[in-house]
Amino acid sequence: MTADVEVILMKQVASYLAMPIFLVDLAGTLIFYNEPAEALLGRRFDETGEMPLEEWGTVFVPVDAEGAVLAPHQLPLAVALAERRPAHGRFSITAGDGRRHDLAVTAFPLIGQNARELGAVALFWEDDS
Amino acid sequence: MIVRFWGTRGSLPTPGSATQRYGGNTSCVEVRSGEPGAMVVLDAGTGICAFGAQMSSSVSRIDILLSHLHMDHIIGLGFFAGLFRPGLEVHIWGPGSTVLPLRARLTRYLSPPLFPVRLRDLPCRLAVHDVPLGTFELPGLQVTAALVCHPGPTVGYRLDDGHSTLVYLSDHEPALGARRFPDLPRWTSGFDLAAKADALIHDAQYSDAEYEHHLGWGHSSIGQAVAFAVHAGVGQLVGFHHDPWHDDDTLDALYSEYADPRLRVTPAREGAVLAWSVNEAAARRDR
Ligand SMILES: [Zn+2]
Ligand SMILES: [Zn+2]
Repeated sequence: MTADVEVILMKQVASYLAMPIFLVDLAGTLIFYNEPAEALLGRRFDETGEMPLEEWGTVFVPVDAEGAVLAPHQLPLAVALAERRPAHGRFSITAGDGRRHDLAVTAFPLIGQNARELGAVALFWEDDS
Repeated sequence: MIVRFWGTRGSLPTPGSATQRYGGNTSCVEVRSGEPGAMVVLDAGTGICAFGAQMSSSVSRIDILLSHLHMDHIIGLGFFAGLFRPGLEVHIWGPGSTVLPLRARLTRYLSPPLFPVRLRDLPCRLAVHDVPLGTFELPGLQVTAALVCHPGPTVGYRLDDGHSTLVYLSDHEPALGARRFPDLPRWTSGFDLAAKADALIHDAQYSDAEYEHHLGWGHSSIGQAVAFAVHAGVGQLVGFHHDPWHDDDTLDALYSEYADPRLRVTPAREGAVLAWSVNEAAARRDR
């Protein structure tokens, strides 16, 4: 089925930006991640295709400052989707290159024309603070 | 379904001898489903004036479906004779914005100082509707509206009279930002709306070379319209929203370049009537 035009345009913008970006639908399925996100994950979207929350939420083993593994529903992107609010967080992942990356994440719900809820977006920042 | 073109020009009316054959009036297409007394009009460019002037007195209800509110698509609205016919039921459908309903958006044009008459003072029985996204019923027609890629809220329409299907995507840039075009159906604006339609009226404003200088302006090249139509498996493509700088001879030359064996492709011509056989439509449905 053709995605909503706001989602299509969000994907197009993401595909041109240099920040790693995840785009999920209302069910939390990861429907797109851009090339910078591919580099972080060590996987290519064309190879993995879409992934349900349980899969993408665990594939890069996000851990908090104490080293505790975060459950998928604790991730900012899942919070933005479930609670329909922007969510911000910091965690570390073991990336595709085998190195540890400290990340800051900003996630926000995607709300379109006629107040339609369409999914959510997460932007990742390398956190060197 | 009978489809007649009253305005085929994009962006700006272009009267004159050089545009006489394809026409200089802006977007307006009449659709008749066969429902007695009812008519549908797609967009209210300058073409709607001539349409209104010849409209039969037996028409009791008219539904105007606006794709969006760019001036070339509403400029004729205030001059549509139907609005001044007491008792005529006129329904205007179109996209609201995130902050204003359609009626308030239209009033910005249809009120002084830009226009002398206010919507509320019109003698017809007027109803203005924010078009629902999805499928709804009009007399004799099932209509599906979906937002498509063009600056500001813009909808495309799919009209089905139970025998055949017409799709109207007058201002549409599905190639915007696509790394490859056409992309997968999921990532192609307007794809589901257009899929397997008997006829597709689609934005074809530019030549492919001109498109390179108009990225993000919200329109397609003729080549992109053909690629989109082939991808969506439509029966025939009518190139629409001709660039105001393309006179008749230019359009003839351009369309001879885009002849495609997979698809019937024609430039929309003011006054033309679109027809396809019921058998053709049935065969496409069964495919
Ligand atoms: Zn236009
Ligand atoms: Zn427009």
